[in-house]
Amino acid sequence: MKGVLEIKNLVKQFGGVRAIDSLTFSIPPASITGIVGPNGSGKSTIVNILTGLLPLDGGVVLVDGDAFKKILPHKVSSHGITRTFQNIRLFEQMTVLDNILVVLTDRNAFQALFERHGAYHLKKAEEFLRRVNLWEKRNELAISLSYGQRKLLEIARALAMTRSATSGQAADIYFFDEPFAGLFPEMAKIVSGILKELRQEKKAVVLIEHDMGIIRELSDRILVLDAGKLIADGNPDDVLGRRDVIEAYLGE
Amino acid sequence: MSYAIYLATIFCIYAIAGVSLNLVVGYAGLLSITHAAFFGIGAYATAILATKFGADFFLAVLVGIGITAAISWCAGIIMSRLGGDYYVLGTVSFNYVVINIMVNWDGLTNGPLGIPGIPKPSLFGFSFSSNILFLVLSVLFLAAVYAVSYWITTSSFGRVIKAIREDEEAVRVFGYRTISYKLAIFMISAAMAALAGGLFASFITFIDPTSFNVMESVFMLAIVIVGGFGNIKGSLIGAFLLVLIPELLRFVGFSADIAAYMRQAVYGLALVLFMLYRPKGLIGEYKL
Repeated sequence: MKGVLEIKNLVKQFGGVRAIDSLTFSIPPASITGIVGPNGSGKSTIVNILTGLLPLDGGVVLVDGDAFKKILPHKVSSHGITRTFQNIRLFEQMTVLDNILVVLTDRNAFQALFERHGAYHLKKAEEFLRRVNLWEKRNELAISLSYGQRKLLEIARALAMTRSATSGQAADIYFFDEPFAGLFPEMAKIVSGILKELRQEKKAVVLIEHDMGIIRELSDRILVLDAGKLIADGNPDDVLGRRDVIEAYLGE
Repeated sequence: MSYAIYLATIFCIYAIAGVSLNLVVGYAGLLSITHAAFFGIGAYATAILATKFGADFFLAVLVGIGITAAISWCAGIIMSRLGGDYYVLGTVSFNYVVINIMVNWDGLTNGPLGIPGIPKPSLFGFSFSSNILFLVLSVLFLAAVYAVSYWITTSSFGRVIKAIREDEEAVRVFGYRTISYKLAIFMISAAMAALAGGLFASFITFIDPTSFNVMESVFMLAIVIVGGFGNIKGSLIGAFLLVLIPELLRFVGFSADIAAYMRQAVYGLALVLFMLYRPKGLIGEYKL
């Protein structure tokens, strides 16, 4: 089965600070893995390393058994990995539709010169935009959307991303970095529905979230980080009841 | 009438420069202040090949485009290591390097004295020696450049370079080797500028380094800013306004010398006013 992500002894150093300290865990497919921890514990740093935005200083990352000591950002999608960002990073001065079409079309610069989006691309884009109730807004600029709608568009873009334009194959590993932050309840419902559907589709979902209610409801397993170290790994009820986790999280 | 034809031809040449620069600045978001260098390389290549080697205009322009594309590829590789403000400084520095080569490589460029006697184009014995025929040729070149630019900007490639302008890192995460896209658009744009330079050399029949300095790059950038970022139609409007308005100064009592200085003042003023009150330009789709 595809979508198995393993991290062994991952290290990330920022100057004299060890942001990630010999971290080892695996993310299985057909599950939602919640990552929690106080601010600065290294949650987003892990996602940035695994998507090539930060170089890793030690350890190894295995995707479906293939080992990587260096991750190139433009190769990430071909490994079947997609993501959203903690701070929304849309293509703001482009339309909602174009934000989706960018991740559906050809990656090769020369071939992209001769490619125009056709009925197939439009149909795919419609499918993802309808899933987040944004199809009606397809011709508006992304910057003109409300905060919640922009979050939803970012999620739709992550879902729409294909390994390559020719294969049309969807990702297998999904990183959602605080996707519920600032969402109205009806929007949050859409996002939790999407996460559950991905799990049903046998995808590996990683959810970084501060809302313990959401984490408890959606996660099959929770990893707790504190100062770049893994301090707990297990099912939500066990992990969230542990005294050391409560102390790390709430500073009690 | 001949003055109007002259102005229309100059408009076509600078409209090609503006449309091509818009691909880099307005679409890819790379604030380049070196377009006059590529314009100049094209002009010098055409002039040298035509005057020293007796090459046909069209062949000379074609070679000029090739040389400019190759140089822009090298410059683009180096420039791709620079980001933000440093990229701007890098492009300005490149323009200075090119100007210095034009001034100092006497054996090839004839230095500050420039190259006179650049012939008009001819094709299969048909000469474009009259101004009206040269204008027709310039309009055809402008139409070709506009069509190619339209093709690029409405393709998937065009969408990706706009996305790179918005957030390059995010584009990379979604599977794009963005440096290839940036290099490609930089080369295409430089090649178009070289075509405009070739036309310019043949039209004026004399070139020297002063036509390709940083001030000229700023003028080309002003065309893009006034017309609008990320809209190639805007560059046509920008070129029209910035070529014509300074010429109008001649009709309000300024002498030719003063009008030349006023021209620069008008560009400066236009830039400041547009950046303050209409940062997207007249019909732009993007704000820096």
